[in-house]
Amino acid sequence: MRRHLMSSLCAMLVAGGVTAQTPKKPAVKATVKPQVATPVTEEKDAATLEFEKFRAEMEDSNPAELFEMKGEEQWKTPRGPKNVALADTCDLGQGVGKVEGAYVKMPRYFADADAVMDAERRIVWCMVEKQGFKFDDIAKKPFANANFTPDVTNLVTYVAGHSRNMKIAVPLKDPKVLEAWKIGQEMAAYRAGPYDFSCNTCHGSDGKRIRMQNLPNISTAEGAIKGVQGWPGYRMTGGVMLTHQWRMGDCFRQQRFPQPKYASDAVAYLLTYMIGNANGQVYKGPGIKR
Amino acid sequence: MTKNTFLAAMAAPLLATALPAAADADYRAKAITVIKKDFQPRGQASTDRLAEDGLQAVCNRSGNQPPDYITKRIEADQLAGVKYPADGKLIGDWKSGEKLAQSGRGFTWTDDPGLPVGGNCYNCHQISPKETSFGTIGPSLFQFGKLRGNSADIQKYVYSKIYNAKAFNVCSEMPRFGHAGALGEKQIKDLVALLLDPESPVNK
Repeated sequence: MRRHLMSSLCAMLVAGGVTAQTPKKPAVKATVKPQVATPVTEEKDAATLEFEKFRAEMEDSNPAELFEMKGEEQWKTPRGPKNVALADTCDLGQGVGKVEGAYVKMPRYFADADAVMDAERRIVWCMVEKQGFKFDDIAKKPFANANFTPDVTNLVTYVAGHSRNMKIAVPLKDPKVLEAWKIGQEMAAYRAGPYDFSCNTCHGSDGKRIRMQNLPNISTAEGAIKGVQGWPGYRMTGGVMLTHQWRMGDCFRQQRFPQPKYASDAVAYLLTYMIGNANGQVYKGPGIKR
Repeated sequence: MTKNTFLAAMAAPLLATALPAAADADYRAKAITVIKKDFQPRGQASTDRLAEDGLQAVCNRSGNQPPDYITKRIEADQLAGVKYPADGKLIGDWKSGEKLAQSGRGFTWTDDPGLPVGGNCYNCHQISPKETSFGTIGPSLFQFGKLRGNSADIQKYVYSKIYNAKAFNVCSEMPRFGHAGALGEKQIKDLVALLLDPESPVNK
């Protein structure tokens, strides 16, 4: 994957609409790596730095902002069978229509739904309950592909953009949220499937990698924030905007598990565990992912 | 089903009563309920994968640290399930082993179940010095054979370890490739060769 990074960056820059901001630093091709047998921590760092550099250069033209703008319009426009705007009806925990700081304070417990909900799940709930969309229609194609970006993705990106540079503050003092966190913690430890994997197989201890990909330890604040940062994110691979819910599903895919249902308790509880562990860390807003 | 499942099934309740489990039983039970409720089959990944087998249950209940007497029984049982090649030859072709070690495909809901499964080795291990993109979940296997030799005992150990890593470390992170039906006899032989053949770049 790593070795494809730079070439896919190039492909994206050429094919995508962001050529104006082509990085000055030449996109280094997958260089022939030195034949060393010792752990190559320096090289790993170099590769990471390269990406960080690119991300920094992209900050002025973060592709996620395009989706934030679409999401803002969809948030404010009356839509759905009931023809109401989410801005006038949807409470993300900070009052009806308020988006400022809402993303970093979710998952949280919503009494009207009697459920702990992450941002995406809550927005879907509002679309169904307030605007009259059908859940099954939304859940049929919940995530973006090359030709299609769901409205929910735009909306989540818009909401997340209004928590940029704010501290994560999942309300773990709420007993319902704490219970979700504890169930999520157990889910993360649950080994099953053909390869005996759990979330913790890859994300339960410090300093591990799959190939060259660093694996955050989501049981720590420093690790958990790495699992949160950049989502929702514009993903180089495929050039699509994807949400944190999508990322959780992709973890289960690689864990050789079946698929978690969209906007379910399972995903909400795991997100409560991971995002809750990142409490106090600064969320930088919708980003760019490899 | 198998003796393995039977023993582990016997061990699991023993474990639950014998010591305060690392996993909180209440939240674990709730987690299992949520998992059973909130996953759907996709591609080849059916929901029966969500059920723990006996060994997984023991590891999950004990925070991957079951007591010694249970560990010994299950490890012995897992080892007893290893099937060795009929011709007694445990070492194959290291070049095929290297190709297999590179591949991480197989068993996900996006994988075609009709295609062969990869060894996934480099995902977690350093192996040949020519491949610098390797993971670190498992130990480095560079110079594995150079350090340990290529005796019949070592060959048998490596074959068995790849076939069923849990036979030697009951809650190892490593998949049980033979036991799970991921890798067949020839493939495991080729991986043994990658680690032990003196001509393999691993041992140069």
